[in-house]
Parts: sequence; C-alpha cells; structure tokens
Amino acid sequence: MDSAFASATRKVQRLIRCDATERLLSYRFPRIVYRMSGGAEFSIEEREAGGRRLLLSGPYLVSSIGAIDQDLDALSGEIAEIDLSGVSEIDTVGAWVACRTARAHGAEIVGASERARRLLNAVEAAGGGEYQEPEGLAWWQPIPAKTGELVEKAQVGTIGVLDFLGQILIAVWNLLRKPSRFRGTAFVRQIELVGVSALPIIGLMSFLIGIVIAQQGSVQLEQFGAESLTINLVGRITLRELGVLMTAIMVAGRSGSAFAAQIGTMKLTEEVDAMRTIGISPVEALVIPRTLAAVIMMPLLGFYASVMAIIGGAVVGDLLLGIPFWTFLTRIEEVVPTHDLWVGLIKAPVFGLIIALAGCYHGMQVRGNSEEVGLRTTMAVVSAIFAVIVLDAFFAVFFTEVGWG
Amino acid sequence: MSIFNQHEAQQHKRFRGEHPIVVEGLKTAFGEHVVHENLSLKVNRGEIIGVVGGSGTGKSVLMRAIIGLQTPAAGEIEVFGNSITQAGIDEDMGVRCRWGVLFQGGALFSTLTVGENVEVPIKQFYPDIEPELRREIARYKVILSGLPENAIDKFPSELSGGMKKRAGLARALALDPELLFLDEPTAGLDPIGAAAFDRQTRELKETLGLTVFLITHDLDTLYEICDRVAVIADKRIIAVGTIPELLETDHQWIDEYFNGPRGRAASHGKPPRVNSRSSVDNQPDSEA
Repeated sequence: MDSAFASATRKVQRLIRCDATERLLSYRFPRIVYRMSGGAEFSIEEREAGGRRLLLSGPYLVSSIGAIDQDLDALSGEIAEIDLSGVSEIDTVGAWVACRTARAHGAEIVGASERARRLLNAVEAAGGGEYQEPEGLAWWQPIPAKTGELVEKAQVGTIGVLDFLGQILIAVWNLLRKPSRFRGTAFVRQIELVGVSALPIIGLMSFLIGIVIAQQGSVQLEQFGAESLTINLVGRITLRELGVLMTAIMVAGRSGSAFAAQIGTMKLTEEVDAMRTIGISPVEALVIPRTLAAVIMMPLLGFYASVMAIIGGAVVGDLLLGIPFWTFLTRIEEVVPTHDLWVGLIKAPVFGLIIALAGCYHGMQVRGNSEEVGLRTTMAVVSAIFAVIVLDAFFAVFFTEVGWG
Repeated sequence: MSIFNQHEAQQHKRFRGEHPIVVEGLKTAFGEHVVHENLSLKVNRGEIIGVVGGSGTGKSVLMRAIIGLQTPAAGEIEVFGNSITQAGIDEDMGVRCRWGVLFQGGALFSTLTVGENVEVPIKQFYPDIEPELRREIARYKVILSGLPENAIDKFPSELSGGMKKRAGLARALALDPELLFLDEPTAGLDPIGAAAFDRQTRELKETLGLTVFLITHDLDTLYEICDRVAVIADKRIIAVGTIPELLETDHQWIDEYFNGPRGRAASHGKPPRVNSRSSVDNQPDSEA
C-alpha cells in the first residue's frame, strides 16, 4: 500500500516539475512526516548510531504550536535525540514543547541555535519540576464540604449582621452625645439621591399603577353595578399597601443597590480603611447618613406615590367611568378612613430602614475582587425586597387585628 | 511547506525592521488641554528605551497612544510597520498578539487566579492550544517572571504589590511578545525588589530578544538597564540618547533630573546628599 502510493507519487513528481511540490514530496517519503500545520512540522528518522531522531522543522512559535502539540505529545517509544536544526523560528513556547518532549522520552536536544539554546535554558530552569495539580475532592466529599461551608457561612453571616447592628447602635449613641459629628452634607446629599431624584420615576410608576387598578377594578365592579366603589378600591389599596410597597421596591432597586455598590467599591479601593486610619468611623460617615435619609424619605415618597396613584385613578374615572376628576378626589376623603394613611406611613420608615441597612451591610461585607461587588449588590436588593414583603404581610395582619381594618 | 499555509506563515515571522515603534508628529489632546504636540520618536529593535519626564507630561498617554488606547488628534504611529492610528482598536489583532503591556497597577483580572490571568491572552489568540499545554505555559511564564510556584493558584487580592507587578509581567509575556511596554514597573517596590525586577527585565530582554518601552521615574532603573533614554518635556521628546549623551545637552530639565541629588546618588551608588543646595548647584562631577 505504502509502496504503491510512493510509486504513484513518483509519477506525479515526474509529471509536475513544480518546485514546491517536488520539495514537499521528496521531503515526505524518506521519513514519516506526522503533521503539517501553519509551518511547524516534525518527522522521525533512524539514526546511524542507533535509536531514533526526532527532527523538528518550521517555526515553533505560540502561533503555530497549537496544531502540532498533541501529535508530539502522542509520540511513543524511545527517542535518542531531538534535532532543532530545521527550526526556523522559536520562542519560549516552542522551547517548552521541545523541552517537554525531550524529558518525556529521555532525549537529548541537538542542533539548537544560540537563541534556541538560551530559551531552552530559561524554560528548563523555570519549568523543571513536575506540575502538581492541586488536589481535588473525592466524589462524595463535596456534599458534606458544601454543607459545612453553608453552616459556617450562616454563622458568620449572623454574627456579621449582629456586629453591624451593634456598630450602628454605637455610632448612634456617639452621635447623640456629640451631635456636631453628624455629617450634614452627606445626609442632605443622600436625601437628594434617595428622595428628590427618585420623584419622576416613582411618580410615573404610581400614576400608571393607579390607572391600571382603576381600570381593571371598574371592569370587575361593573358586574355588580358598583363602579363607584372604584374610588374606595383605588384610595384604600394605594394608601394602605401599594403606594408604600411599590415605593419600597423601587427604592431598594435604586438606592439599596447604589449603597451596596458604592460602599463595596470603597472597601475595595481601601477608602474605608483610609477613613478608619484618619479617625472617621465608616459607620458614622457612610451608613448613618444613608440610613437616616432612607428612613426619612420613605414615608414622603410612599405618600407621594399614593397621591400619584389616586390621581391616575381619578383620570380613569373621569375618562372611562364618568366620575368627574374633582368628585373622585373629594369622594376619596369620604371613603378612605384616616387610619389607612397611618398604616402606610408607619410601615414606610421601617421599610426604609431595612433597605438602607441591607445595602450598607452588604457593601461593608465586600472583600477581595470586583465580582464580589456585583454579588453583594444583588444580595442587598434581593434580601431587602424579600424582607420588605415578609414584613408587609405581618403588618397587614397586625393592623387588621388592632382594628384598623 | 504547503502552499496553503504561506500567508499564515507570514505571521510567524519576527519583526526584522530597524524600528518596531515609529511615532511621527504625534498630537494628543484632552479637549482643550494639549498633552503632546509634534512628538516624534523612533525605538530601535532590541533596545530598552526608558521614557522619562515630569509628572503630567504625558508619558503614560504616549504609551496608551502607541498601544491604541488613546486616539491621537494628529500624527502617525507605526508599530512593527503597521499603522496604529488608522486601524481601529479591534482591527489590529495581528499587531496586538505581538506586544505585551504591564500597566501601572498590574491591572490583573481580579476574579481569575494568576495562572488564569496568564492563560487569558493565550486562550484569546490561540484557542487551538490544548488546555494542558496552556497551563504549562502559564506555569513557566509565572516562574520566569520571578514569582514562586505557589503563586499560580492565588488571586490578585492575595498578592503583595510587587507580586502583582510580576504577575502582570507574566501576563504581558504570555504570548512571547517582541515588544514589551512597562509602565513604571518599579514604582512602589522596595529597593531590593526594584533591583531584582530590573535584573529580571534585563535578563528577559536578553533571553527573549525583546524590545522594551519602559516608563519610569526610577533613576536606578535608568542607569542600570536602559540602553537609551527619551525625555518628554514641552509636549515633545526633547532628547533621546544614552545618559552621557543626554548630560551633554544643556537643557535645564535634563540637567536637574540627572544632576539632582537623587540623580547623582544613582550614578555613583552613593546615598543622596542631605545638603539642600546640592539640587541647585550643577557641578560636572557626575559624568557617568
């Protein structure tokens, strides 16, 4: 088979006197050429002195090694020497591959140019020892390991939260004793960021929610001929629940995440540590203004959101239900009990506190790298919204029980 | 060699020209603020060129312009004979696998280990290299850069400043570049660490045949390893040459730079003088 192929190629060789083809063919058959790729190639021949010689030729560079490396790796049997004299270009990757092959087969490297020799020495010195893969776990070990990790994390997390709350209490106590240390500028800035700049988006969101509640509610109430109860529906649900709840979700997404990301980045760039060394308490300077701003702004934003939702409802009433705009608003005063307003306003600062604490806590927990900032920001938002919704359920039951139903 | 591979093989050629970097009439500006005006520089193949200049004279900006991160307002930059100014940042892939850059802070990817950091450029440019070989390459590069072996599996946040620089160097060397950019490699290192880093740079340059573009404030580095020094002042390169050649020019800034107390200490290996006047009087006693 082989000789038939060889004689065929000789014929072709006679026919085509193309220089490149000739070189290719004459090169190919006295030896066994394994692979040709982007230029790097190798062949094996028997030495006169016995043993086999591996001839490397072409460029042995990081750009050309990829296609040939596996074939070289798969070579078996003894090789006495590796001849580099055919190598046109070499870099450390080529040198490394030659060095590795030599070591695997106990071969000696010959014919290296001066540059190749230098590179070989360099990589030999650097990569001489065997690479030790870091030890992996046995198949059954990850489960207990993961469980243990989670338990430990839970413990560290609990202690961390308590520690954080303690720090805040200390900071509050210090501020009460020395009110002059309160950071007014930072507080006002946070008021602006949390509250004022959130007005457009929260306003629009609540207005649309008001429209949806009024429109959808009226469709259902129409079946009983009770469209006029749409006013009760919109007024009570927004003031009691939705106004504050939607605002809390929006503030958690806007400001809670910002707190976590900002404080987290400051942790990474060692700004927080710098504060400590100057004698500024990070809790006083970063956490307290943000928390206070959120606590104060949440009821205001929540009330504003309820008002916008009621206006949305009134617009629907005017356009679709035939209830004049101003009539809708005066009826609100008559059908919504005042305690509904209080229910909303009492919940709001608590939600604000939770959102701010979650944001600041997760920000302060950032360690190590930029991925952690993203992770902690996500955790801050998710845990804040979750806690807000759970608490809202408790509040709902509580207020109904105390007679503010 | 088969005919099909010939154009591919072109890429495997090392740069044979005289000047791997040629900057002609470069102008860079941030809005109204002009950093460079009519700046020209030719870097010779196989040399370590040190770029010095006062703070804010645009040394790093020059480097960023050469590696294509900063679009110049005017002028022409050629690296390995290819124009950087005309090609977009994404078009000159053929050039960018032939240089390595060490940024000032190391700029390591913080979510990857040191070894993975070194593997990133290899994976990016040569995805056909087997993961096993890639790990081995990363490993010897890390060791070549002077880091201990156990640093490979560490994250950048677990490394000291000097180790981060070395890890950055390992990543810069990942593709066996012909051209190496170092932005203040010894800043923030202790004198022993800085000297070791200098030695490493010199050794790597000699072993790998690198051309090194080095921005530095470290006079010891200039004296120890730089073949030539380029001085940036007045928005352009005012002089390029060996340190003795620079000392012969009578530009005031160069004079103050090399003949100041620190410059003399570096040239003589003596501690800087305490006498504050010595920064002003320019005795010609420091012909190095």
